[in-house]
Amino acid sequence: MNLLLCGVNHKTAPVALREKLACLIPEVAHAYGHLKSWPEVSESLLYTTCNRVEVICVSQAPDEAAARVREFFGRHPEIAPGDLNESFYVHRDRDAVQHFFRVAASLDSMVVGEPQILGQVKQAYREATEHHATGPILNRLVHKAFSVAKRVRGETGIGDHAVSVSYAAVAMAKKIFGDLAGKNVLLLGAGEMAELALEHLKGQGAGRITVANRTLERGVALARRFQGEAVSLEELPEQLLTADILISSTGAGDFLITRDQVKGVMRRRKQRPLFLIDIAVPRDLDPAINDLDNVYLFNIDDLNEVVEINYQRRRHEATKAERLVAAETLKFLHWLETLEVYPTIIAMKDKAEAICRAELKKTLNQLGPLTPEQNQALEVLTASVTQKLLHDPIIFLKRNRRPRNPHQELDLVRRLFNLDQDRGGETTEKD
Amino acid sequence: MNSLFLSLTLLAYFGATGLWLAYFLAQREGYYRAGAWVMAGGLACHTLALIQRAWVAGALPAATFGEALLLFAWALAAAFLVLIWRYPIKILGALVAPLAALMVSGALILPARQGAVSPLLQGFWLYVHICLTLTGYAALALAGLGGVLYLIQERQIKRKRFGFFHRRLPSLSQLDNLNYWCLTTGFPLLTGGIISGSLFAQHTQGRFFSWDPKEILTLIAWLIYAVLLHERLTVGWRGRRAALLAICGFLVLVCTFVGANLWLTGYHSFARFLQQP
Repeated sequence: MNLLLCGVNHKTAPVALREKLACLIPEVAHAYGHLKSWPEVSESLLYTTCNRVEVICVSQAPDEAAARVREFFGRHPEIAPGDLNESFYVHRDRDAVQHFFRVAASLDSMVVGEPQILGQVKQAYREATEHHATGPILNRLVHKAFSVAKRVRGETGIGDHAVSVSYAAVAMAKKIFGDLAGKNVLLLGAGEMAELALEHLKGQGAGRITVANRTLERGVALARRFQGEAVSLEELPEQLLTADILISSTGAGDFLITRDQVKGVMRRRKQRPLFLIDIAVPRDLDPAINDLDNVYLFNIDDLNEVVEINYQRRRHEATKAERLVAAETLKFLHWLETLEVYPTIIAMKDKAEAICRAELKKTLNQLGPLTPEQNQALEVLTASVTQKLLHDPIIFLKRNRRPRNPHQELDLVRRLFNLDQDRGGETTEKD
Repeated sequence: MNSLFLSLTLLAYFGATGLWLAYFLAQREGYYRAGAWVMAGGLACHTLALIQRAWVAGALPAATFGEALLLFAWALAAAFLVLIWRYPIKILGALVAPLAALMVSGALILPARQGAVSPLLQGFWLYVHICLTLTGYAALALAGLGGVLYLIQERQIKRKRFGFFHRRLPSLSQLDNLNYWCLTTGFPLLTGGIISGSLFAQHTQGRFFSWDPKEILTLIAWLIYAVLLHERLTVGWRGRRAALLAICGFLVLVCTFVGANLWLTGYHSFARFLQQP
């Protein structure tokens, strides 16, 4: 029994290839139809995100199964056979388990620590169970992966540091104002990043929101979305008096706000701190503004730097997470190993039971009629003799945690008890 | 007995220093809480030691530099514990605890008092003067230390350095509020201390002000704080300027307390407080 994980991800395949492959999957039913029709594959789970297309399966013949998956991927009309050569990877057993745990714990993501991946894997698992594609091994693997992901999130700081520009701006605002509740936000111009930052600020309890835009209609629409008010750009100096946080993203070409302007405003504001975020390129705000006391100006490069530093911190936390994943991988592999010995144990017990029944039958014939109590006593006797005899070999199989050569030992036990001869090909198939 | 209490105090203050430094580095809440309990235990021992000394001497023990240090360390530790109980600026402990520990060590190293305290230096108004001045000093010292933290954090933000200190120090507004609270508490105490002192001087020596170095320096510090408080309340001085002035005022106070006693001579220096045997 082998675990097999194969596919492509953002590290091996360009986005064009991943897109095409992801298109294969939308009809999950179709994909599982294929996967389940292959005799080599007994359990399978397929998941796609924008960064990966992967199949994990349980198979008796891993090489053939991997070739099948690859062929399935290559069946897409727009994919040339050579495309997969370099990007298609196959992980077996230990590597497969570890890879899957890393994916679920968001260690293999493009943005390490991003929380969406776990939800995507959960969704994929739900679909797989709907199609009855998973079995005992994958069920356990997936649930283990969920708990590993949970532990990684709880025990390491992998998701703690802002790794988007808009979130970094909010984190910086907190370092200046402490509490963002009731802080007024002024938006200059509109843009995706500015709106995201606004959303985060709103989530932190920011107070009044004002939007100043060149075209008033756009400003009004945006203001309505955030329950704020729209003003024209001419009112900017007045608005600067009451705002605490200003996000500027017009990219108008020359400076919208100059140093002297802010200097005058600060006096009238009684030096209440002002946090200016300039995410426009070219810049909207005079960089010299940053020299003024109690005014903090951040441009897009500054915020990108914060993000980069936080990335590094996440990577640092990721090494802790890797250790956790490695430990959990070993635990799972051990469980898998004990799973391998079960057919042998069952075969041993079956054989013992068959011998008991045959011998009991012979003896009973010779002894002649017995009372039911005597009959039962004999049955108990034979059963307990065999049970006690088998007890140690079974413990040996189960407890032998990391034998140097597990298959050889299993084989020895089978030969010792003559399990394969006795039952013909039946047990070897199970093994 | 006295030395036992003081040793325990010293041990606790150094312990709190270690725990709060560990909190600063590792950012684990548990270290901070343990540090606060150890500090509180140290303060209790410190209080017992002071009571015992006062009992033996029959007067408030503030006649030598060592004794004054011990009192000031007590005021600082108490002021800080009151502060973090109301406004948890936890990082400040990593500065206050070692300062208190050093002052208690200084008090233990400095020679003990020889002879009795001059009867001139006993009396209700003098005790009021000492207590008000020292608690005022303690609050203003906290403002000064907070100012140092403010300047560090402000520099990190202005220069876009988001490293070690940036992550560990509290937000600018918290540090600026600390400046405000300590100033509005410490300034009235210091004012009261100066007034009660000059009343006592008028009572014993017949003049309010003697142009003694210690008195002049204290007046300078008082003026610095008065300017800062005034500008804070009217024009809205805050942030960097407030932090700088709080640090300046604190440095002048340190000069008053240490320098005027060790290097300058005047009737206010501790050397003159004892009756010659």
